[in-house]
Amino acid sequence: MPNWRPAAQTHSHQDPGNDRPTALKVATPDSAPGSPLKTQADQRLGLRLGMIVAENLGKEFRDKDRGVIRAVGNLSFCCHPGQIYGLLGANGAGKTTTLRMLATILTPTSGTASVAGFDIRQEPEKARQNLGFLSTATALYGRLTALEMVEYFGCLHGLDRASARRRTLALFERLDISAFLDRRCEALSTGLKQRVSIARTLVHDPPVMIFDEPTSGLDVISARTMVDFIRECRASGKTVVFSTHVMSEAEKLCDTIGIIHDGRLLAEGSLQELRACYGHADLEEIFMRVVGG
Amino acid sequence: MNLRNIAVVYRKELKDSLRDRRTVISMIVVPIFLMPVLTIFVGVLSARLIGRAMLEVPSVMIIGGEDSPQILAALHALQDIQVVPATPDYGQQIIDKKIRAAVELPPDFDVLIAHGDTARVRIDMYQGEINSGFGADKLQKFFRDFRERTIRQRLEARHLPGNLAEPLLVEETNVAPPEKVGGVVLGGLVPYFVIILALTGTMYPAMDLTVGEKERGTIETILCSPISRMNLVLGKFLMVLTASLSTAALAVASMGVTLAAASKMVGGLSQISSMGLQFQMTPRSVIWVFAMIVPLAVLFSAALLAISLFAKSFEEAQSYLSPLTIVVIAPAVVSILPGVELNARLSLVPILNTSLVCKEIVSGTYHWGYIALIFVSSCVYAAVALWVAIRLFQREDVLFRI
Repeated sequence: MPNWRPAAQTHSHQDPGNDRPTALKVATPDSAPGSPLKTQADQRLGLRLGMIVAENLGKEFRDKDRGVIRAVGNLSFCCHPGQIYGLLGANGAGKTTTLRMLATILTPTSGTASVAGFDIRQEPEKARQNLGFLSTATALYGRLTALEMVEYFGCLHGLDRASARRRTLALFERLDISAFLDRRCEALSTGLKQRVSIARTLVHDPPVMIFDEPTSGLDVISARTMVDFIRECRASGKTVVFSTHVMSEAEKLCDTIGIIHDGRLLAEGSLQELRACYGHADLEEIFMRVVGG
Repeated sequence: MNLRNIAVVYRKELKDSLRDRRTVISMIVVPIFLMPVLTIFVGVLSARLIGRAMLEVPSVMIIGGEDSPQILAALHALQDIQVVPATPDYGQQIIDKKIRAAVELPPDFDVLIAHGDTARVRIDMYQGEINSGFGADKLQKFFRDFRERTIRQRLEARHLPGNLAEPLLVEETNVAPPEKVGGVVLGGLVPYFVIILALTGTMYPAMDLTVGEKERGTIETILCSPISRMNLVLGKFLMVLTASLSTAALAVASMGVTLAAASKMVGGLSQISSMGLQFQMTPRSVIWVFAMIVPLAVLFSAALLAISLFAKSFEEAQSYLSPLTIVVIAPAVVSILPGVELNARLSLVPILNTSLVCKEIVSGTYHWGYIALIFVSSCVYAAVALWVAIRLFQREDVLFRI
């Protein structure tokens, strides 16, 4: 069975990799309800694998003028360690809402998800403990120095101050920003700020990384650093979910692409699978066909 | 609740806030420097004005009396007034502050006195004007003495005892300790200042820690860390409370030092102290005032945190908080009004209750029943405000109300 699918038509998701347990099925809107990680054994498995499993994830907002707005509806997908899952969609498609739900910043109005084996509704703090979240909206505290900023997040993730400092210094060394550790974040260039943000997401070495349009608004060099960093995350076995509306980025990075439109996942698969299914080599063409443009 | 995480957030917020110029100004500079400057300015100015008015020899017109050389001579002989030639527009001259007062003598004043009749004297003054008041006081005193002297002379002429017209003597003695005398005048002012500063010290940090995070885009950064929202809001709340209490404490300390120094330096102040403005706060009253201010500071911190979190921008937060200042100032001002005394019903009115009880504490009165009632009721209000702030931090429509 191919990995791609028009999401609404597929009842279950079979994992393509040989190393992945076939028992982990992703529930879709019309499949039987129930978490694929219901049992304790499954949860331990998810924890060990550091997976992201979203099941019928939905989010509705209330608006004074427009009434109830469905931002995301019945979204189900699964992302494995050492894999990059890309949510591709236009502005307002529901990417940010989905990722914010996975990061437990927003609470779903229907469905749920598990991050590294922790249900985002039941144990949001444990889920956050196991993820690093980076978006253009995750700014730095301008009046803290780069070192204080990353150390602070280390402490929030439960590290003692000495360990937080040790890890921060090691990360700064790796990201080549040791020279700026005592400089206040507000005085750093965009590129340096971005590297400090990267250090902030890595200070607790999470198994899951979530990136929301991480290259948006960055210049070519900074965007390149970010893309390289996402690749590094995959290489080190982390589970990566990221959202973008840039086709070339999705083509370059993603092992699996999920095309999201109006809050619904319309198609999912590797680039090759999508090409084969829609008969187009160009992802933009595929995207336009999927969203019906 | 995780105390370690609350402490981590508190330490960060404290460090972050102390690096913010605007917070430092509102939390440290204003209470330390602004209050003494205001106190010295108002104190010295009023001491100077009162002192000058008391030392001034007021210009006074005598209207009539041409037929009464004795009373005219006695008035002219007065050292502490200066008699100027009378003009018909004396009333207007008082209004124009060219002269301070005028005394109108009836025709045949000397004759009336000599014959044992009643002479009606009128003193014209500008009520409410301090210099005119002092001028009129001096004339009043002269005529009071003249009247008593005349009574004695008339009694003596009839061989009657001198105390016949004096059936009783009324003496007024102040038994209140000096701090109580001060308590009446300044006692109402001190809690008022402390309450206002406990509020103003809270304002900027409360906005910076909530809507400031929204504006700077750090709210999402902190929300994706594993700290629970309750611990986050408690850490932030403790920082705002620190700002509130330290602003109030610095203001009291600074005012205490200023008053002590000013009373030594400014001679004019000793004149004021003789008028019942003497003021001192005992360490005991300072401790109790602070104990009463703590729940109020908790209420302010939590309420301002909740209100500013609700705002979309700094401007919006400011437009919410500015009217709140008036809401807080109003009961604090009411407590200064003479005649507003603490009772069981007022003990339940937030802010006003603390203001009133602090006024009593400063003047040395401790009504333990009211103190307990006010402390408990203030704690209840504070707890409700804190609960609201914690609830608001759980609401994503508030956190992401952008």
